[in-house]
Amino acid sequence: MARAKILGRLTWRVATVAAVRDETSSARTIVLDVPDWPGHLPGQHVDVRLTAPDGYSTQRSYSIASAPEGNRLELTVDVLPDGEVSPYLARVLSVGDPLEIRGPIGGWFVWDPEKPEPVQLIGGGSGVVPLMAMIRARETVGAQTPFRLLYSARGPETIFYRDELRRSSENGSGLSVTYAYTREVPQGWERPPGRVDASLLTQITWAPEQEPISFVCGPTGFVETVADLLVSAGHDPARIRTERFGPSGGGS
Amino acid sequence: MTEDHIDGNAAGGALSDVFAVDLTAATGQCSSCAQSLALAEALLYTQAPGLIARCPGCEEVVFRLVRGPGRAWLDMRGMTCVQFELADS
Ligand SMILES: Cc1cc2nc3c(=O)[nH]c(=O)nc-3n(C[C@H](O)[C@H](O)[C@H](O)COP(=O)(O)OP(=O)(O)OC[C@H]3O[C@@H](n4cnc5c(N)ncnc54)[C@H](O)[C@@H]3O)c2cc1C
Ligand SMILES: [Zn+2]
Repeated sequence: MARAKILGRLTWRVATVAAVRDETSSARTIVLDVPDWPGHLPGQHVDVRLTAPDGYSTQRSYSIASAPEGNRLELTVDVLPDGEVSPYLARVLSVGDPLEIRGPIGGWFVWDPEKPEPVQLIGGGSGVVPLMAMIRARETVGAQTPFRLLYSARGPETIFYRDELRRSSENGSGLSVTYAYTREVPQGWERPPGRVDASLLTQITWAPEQEPISFVCGPTGFVETVADLLVSAGHDPARIRTERFGPSGGGS
Repeated sequence: MTEDHIDGNAAGGALSDVFAVDLTAATGQCSSCAQSLALAEALLYTQAPGLIARCPGCEEVVFRLVRGPGRAWLDMRGMTCVQFELADS
């Protein structure tokens, strides 16, 4: 991958919506064209700013879903029905519209493809977004780093990137994907609906002795629970990186 | 613990208005409990006016950034010995 792109001073740029793609009934991927985009690292986010005609403006953070690729950038936004910003991004914004963004942001919740250690990705709801950027970047650079994704979601209908995840986990490159459903499970599913617990984590994670690095992302409550479980299971807190999306954060 | 905080990492954009380098990966020491932490690991509260980051160990305030029209207030007395990557000039 190109040089680290952890920039200091950032300016607002005007991106243009190049395409939109539904992921689920409530979430949409927004493909942005950003002139002179400096590139990004998998795991970083951008701030999005909306400004009303009367000058009122508000900002939110959104993780970058895509692997670094020229001036293109993808975000996936899940609608919070009463939200101020997400319904606009996921329902109203259309191809050709401008969107003000600032980024790429963050030098902590990022995966470095040159590190050989196994990677555990644990996402709840829309928390899968920055983890997907890591999976995509791994594929782009052809890394063989062992990757395991645990993706917790309300039900099968709420999964983002399903086809792509299936392809990437079946191509023998060393990515495994496990789904955990909290409310609704498909017919014949081996595990009843429920939150991620200690036994499931033990099943899908590497032993602490193998010194994996864990990236945990999603609603604040989900991240808190999973990070605590990982520490109780003996994982070094210094090897657990978290990204909390807030109280709702897309639900899991 | 309450669920209304996010990670200090999310303050990266706001901090970039002030600093010339990324500070989210910067590490320092909590001046209350002496725990070492990266700024990205702080508990970030965004509901207060401005941003308030608290120590994950003792929950004391490690930094506070408030913006007003044409102005900013920054208080970092809760975090000492801040260390970050900086290219040689
Ligand atoms: C670093 C970072 C990355 C993020 N990446 C993504 C991403 O990739 N995709 C994505 O969809 N989101 C992401 N988020 C969340 C995103 O920033 C917004 O918080 C989200 O889209 C909601 O914004 P809103 O303006 O629609 O809602 P707001 O108007 O901000 O929310 C309404 C308020 O209602 C409350 N609320 C509403 N519903 C609930 C609920 N169900 N449970 C509890 N409280 C509730 C909340 O307290 C919230 O403050 C990220 C957040 C961070 C910090
Ligand atoms: Zn402390």
